[in-house]
Amino acid sequence: MSDENTEYDPHSGVETTGHSWDGIKELNNPLPRWWLIVWYATIFWAVIYMILMPAWPALPGLGGTNTPGLLGKSDRAEVTKEVSAMRTERGVASQKLMSASLVEIQNDLNLQQFAMAMGESAFGDNCATCHGSGGRGAKGYPMLADDVWLWDGTLDGIEQTIRHGIRHDSDDLTRMSAMPAFGRDNLLTSTQIDDLVQHVLSFSDRQSNADSAARGSVLFASQCVSCHGADAKGSRLVGAPNLTDAEWLFGGEPADIRATVTNARNAHMPAWQGRLDDPTVKALAVYVHSLGGGE
Amino acid sequence: MGLFQKHQALERHSLLLTVGILVVVAIGGLVEIAPLFYLENTIEKVQGMRPYTPLELAGRNIYIREGCYTCHSQMVRPLRDEVERYGHYSLAAESMYDHPFQWGSKRTGPDLARVGRKYSNEWHLDHMTNPRSVVPESIMPPYAFLSDNTLHFDDIADHLKTLRFEGVPYTDDMIENAKTDLIAQVDPDADYDSQDALVARYEEASGRKGTITIGDFDSDRTRITEMDAVIAYLQMTGTLVDFSTYEADDLSNRR
Repeated sequence: MSDENTEYDPHSGVETTGHSWDGIKELNNPLPRWWLIVWYATIFWAVIYMILMPAWPALPGLGGTNTPGLLGKSDRAEVTKEVSAMRTERGVASQKLMSASLVEIQNDLNLQQFAMAMGESAFGDNCATCHGSGGRGAKGYPMLADDVWLWDGTLDGIEQTIRHGIRHDSDDLTRMSAMPAFGRDNLLTSTQIDDLVQHVLSFSDRQSNADSAARGSVLFASQCVSCHGADAKGSRLVGAPNLTDAEWLFGGEPADIRATVTNARNAHMPAWQGRLDDPTVKALAVYVHSLGGGE
Repeated sequence: MGLFQKHQALERHSLLLTVGILVVVAIGGLVEIAPLFYLENTIEKVQGMRPYTPLELAGRNIYIREGCYTCHSQMVRPLRDEVERYGHYSLAAESMYDHPFQWGSKRTGPDLARVGRKYSNEWHLDHMTNPRSVVPESIMPPYAFLSDNTLHFDDIADHLKTLRFEGVPYTDDMIENAKTDLIAQVDPDADYDSQDALVARYEEASGRKGTITIGDFDSDRTRITEMDAVIAYLQMTGTLVDFSTYEADDLSNRR
């Protein structure tokens, strides 16, 4: 039947479809053969792919999940495998690290390198955001590369801080203390705070109003010594800073000290237990300890 | 090629052609639409997911308003290096109450799917006020104005209502108390009763304790700002699901 209609366009020599509109005939140019082959090949490949890979949802008998595919491919299963492979790879050294004391780590070069490498990369990811790269700190975020410690600068102490955080409300073992907001909560009047600031300035031998500082010293004895100590050198039990040195976490200018006494500073460090695994926490402690100020 | 000549039959009978078109379009439609009816089986069964509290929701709205998603994705992919850096890969269940979701493939900044509770509120405040003050190499623009903007939340109940329409299980109770719940979460002077009511409402939905953080997020106790809301939202992201009860190896959780 089609042969009857076969007609060739005299101008191009191409077969026509036999359709004619107003004397214009439609050429029957076939799709390029290579294109057609590729097209069929992709359809064929799609079918193969559906057989090999997870595809059809909710077919009966699959318990509500999709067809797993012959290859049983799963990104999630693969990443679980990779992570556990990584853990195994680090396993021996991690085990050793977990039970090692500071001296043991310092004496075992391999272990030390392992801890430092692991600690450094974890520090860059998690700690440097606040404490700065290399632990240089910033206003409000303690410098870790010096030998001034608010809480505890021993290896165990650092590990404890990393694991449980500081004033982290959902961790029972977190380091906890609270400085009262003397101004905001109306525990002291504005002039009393001025006197206190003058007295605090005198600790670090800075110029202060003697009369005012004298009044301040009375207030200091009644309000501040329980945490900061009679010598104002602070207490690590409650994370109270030494007020006699040149280190000021929240700034040491009179205005800064005034703001601190008025509104209190109760900085917060998250607990990393759970977010980081045990060997990583220990490695971080070793790394932070090595930054310069470890005790 | 005799078979392919047969298309003449289709082309010359309009009814046949119409039926043919219907069949082809129906197949395409089926393939595209049918999976939507099986969305349920793509969402993992997890413990702890709950609708966002009004304050978190207000923060999320600001997050979207400011276009945070143009630089930050919220999707930890199942790859070893990502899992090591950010934590457990994201689950579909974790964004099931997101309308719209905040996944993405472009990261100018880091992924934020698990940023919740990773840093302190003070850090978020400092960082958003001036990113360079805490991360010197950051190229993020400052969002200090969020601290100046008082949060407007008169319409927060309507947002909850709209989301319920989308399938988020907000209860009548939650919608009715949306405004007091928002204030209870952020105002340090709010009374304990309303704070307890907020926690009870949303922890019941969550089936898990400790998913709600109450406090003053932006160090400005005198008023509720947009900064409060954004930080409250960020501190919640990725913290809801209880991964200790999640069975990653279960066949239905494999992807």
